[in-house]
Amino acid sequence: MAKYIIKRILISILILFGVSIILYTLLRCMPGDYVTQKFTANPSFENSEEKLELMKELYGLNDSIFVGYFKWLFGNPTLQTRGAILFDFGTSFLYDRPVTEVIADKMWISFALTLLSLVIYYPLAVFLGTRAAVKQYGAFDYATTVLTMIGISFPTFFFSAIVVKIFAYDLGWFDTGLGQVSGGMYNPTAWELFIDQAWHLVLPIFVVVVLSLGSIMRYTRTNMLEVLNADYIRTARAKGLSERSVIYKHAFKNTMIPMVTMLAGLLPGLFGGSMILEDFFKVDGIGRIAYTAMNAGDIPFVMGYNMFLALLTVLGMLLTDLMYVAVDPRVKLTR
Amino acid sequence: MLFKNKKTTSSDGAQPAKTKAPIADAHYLSVRESRAIAKSNARVIRALEKRKKRTHVSESEYLCEMQDPNNIVEFDDLRTYFFTDAGVSKAVDGVTFSIPRGATVGVVGESGCGKSVTSLSLMQLVQAPQGQIVGGSIRFNMGNKAYDIAKMPISEMRKIRGKQIAMIFQEPMTSLNPVFRIGYQLDEMVLLHTPGCTKEQAKARSLQMLELVGIAAPERVYRCYPHELSGGMRQRVMIAIALSCDPRLIIADEPTTALDVTIQAQVLDLLREIKGKIDGSIMLITHDLGVIAEMADYVVVMYAGRVIESGTTAEIFHNPLHPYTVGLQKSKPVVNRKVERLYNIPGQVPNPIDMPDYCYFKDRCTRCTARCEGEYPHFIQVSPTHRVACYLYAGEDGKGGPDA
Repeated sequence: MAKYIIKRILISILILFGVSIILYTLLRCMPGDYVTQKFTANPSFENSEEKLELMKELYGLNDSIFVGYFKWLFGNPTLQTRGAILFDFGTSFLYDRPVTEVIADKMWISFALTLLSLVIYYPLAVFLGTRAAVKQYGAFDYATTVLTMIGISFPTFFFSAIVVKIFAYDLGWFDTGLGQVSGGMYNPTAWELFIDQAWHLVLPIFVVVVLSLGSIMRYTRTNMLEVLNADYIRTARAKGLSERSVIYKHAFKNTMIPMVTMLAGLLPGLFGGSMILEDFFKVDGIGRIAYTAMNAGDIPFVMGYNMFLALLTVLGMLLTDLMYVAVDPRVKLTR
Repeated sequence: MLFKNKKTTSSDGAQPAKTKAPIADAHYLSVRESRAIAKSNARVIRALEKRKKRTHVSESEYLCEMQDPNNIVEFDDLRTYFFTDAGVSKAVDGVTFSIPRGATVGVVGESGCGKSVTSLSLMQLVQAPQGQIVGGSIRFNMGNKAYDIAKMPISEMRKIRGKQIAMIFQEPMTSLNPVFRIGYQLDEMVLLHTPGCTKEQAKARSLQMLELVGIAAPERVYRCYPHELSGGMRQRVMIAIALSCDPRLIIADEPTTALDVTIQAQVLDLLREIKGKIDGSIMLITHDLGVIAEMADYVVVMYAGRVIESGTTAEIFHNPLHPYTVGLQKSKPVVNRKVERLYNIPGQVPNPIDMPDYCYFKDRCTRCTARCEGEYPHFIQVSPTHRVACYLYAGEDGKGGPDA
């Protein structure tokens, strides 16, 4: 087991190298680098070619992709960075702070947002999916299927707009300014501030829940139906067990095998934030920051952010495998 | 022989063309027809499901009298239909036979003839909601009283499943729940049906059962997961589970089909041995005539959802009467007998959705007479235990002996 984990981690490191090469190449191929974008649009800046070149040189944008990548990976002596290999992703062009610091700073609000919605939608989806499978082709099944399908089909920005229109503008339950905290609060206590912030998270969480419910609910339903047709369920019934015991003990434990492992795969999503949602609701989370950085051509930040996601994905996959061992007695990790 | 076969099929050439029309109709439904089917299916299923799911049903509703108190089960004109999108499939259509106390009754027939559905009906385990018992009765002898299982609600049926009737399924590889230990799956059954049983008592009972079915290291197997055991071991565990509550009847639904020959022999020996130890009956479902000859006291031959012949094992094997039974015997490979090619019964089983109203075997029968064009033959009592549904043995009135 320990051997397997070590092996997987070593492979993961290789994967991360590959990912970083592809990412860096892609980023450098993007049209309109940071310097050009920032300074050519600035009317007070004298648009001389030499100055632009100087700035590009300073930001390291004149290096070839190859040299640039090595400087990113092993550190740039002129900027005194230690390189990504030592977890120093350099200084963000846009935010003018170390990339790791920005990520660590903005990560938690995104984490809170996604974790809270996960805690709501996952059990709800499993519950609805199980019920729908048990009452297959019944009214409940059709109703949940149609409603969750509508949820899946909405684009995030569209559904967010509808939600904001209804609950914030028409009903007035929420702050129409969105963001994380109401403006114009005079000297709030810590408790008032907390309540206010929590209230601002309700709408984004609602949107995430509605949009994510469908796929997991359908997944549970499919799994449950498959398990309910299995021979061992018939055996359980033949033993004389009650229907409740058959479904919620014998079938449910088998249904949960893929569900629990899928949960491990959701790990990167928890920290990674969601660009469109955070941008729409003006939540100052990592997704929104990354979105802005991407638009600005902030190479160190985008690299740092994407490597962070890649690391989480690789860890999530390892965790998925380990979860299989934990929940399914048939799976053993060897070699 | 080969030549004769060919001849019979070619001389039947005109008949398939005749029967093709209704079969084609059953498969090509217009939208309106299929909608009508779906609608009527939904209505029937809803009514039957509602009836089954009732709670607090008074016992008098399903209380009945055994025709012969020496029988443990009497199937009487049992009808189990499947309400499919293509129409109603009559998987079991008027099956009548009984299982005497302490006897082993073998049910034979080819795949899809309704043997498994008959046994599942007895457990009320037919794949719901499509599969439903729509008529007839299954009288089950509880000792001091008798219940009609076909009329019992599921809540009451649960007390019979496992406790009174236990079932061994044909697929030991998939019949045990992969995520629970063997011990748990055994204990569960004991705890469920023994009031006031502690966990320790259940475990002791489980270990005792594992030993009874010939497992060498019961303590170790008790802690195993199903995937850690071989097919033969799993079937032994299934048998141990089935036996753990001293059932009055064990249904063995092709218990040896998925096992290799040496393990088959062991499992059959085990079943026979156990039958001597417990005072119960066995309903053995198989399509292996060799197994039947070895195990059963009585044989019931089924074809296309109906019983066509039944009798003691000696009668069926030494004096098979129905052309289908004869064909079955002929198509069994026999050691020491050299044949060019193994006999097979020509033709196919009729479509269960659109059954003809004459004898279902007529189109495949090599011995049909003019009378076979008439209605489905009634049973003809050949001896007190032997009866057959075929016009060949009927008297002049076309009915022969009394209906059974």
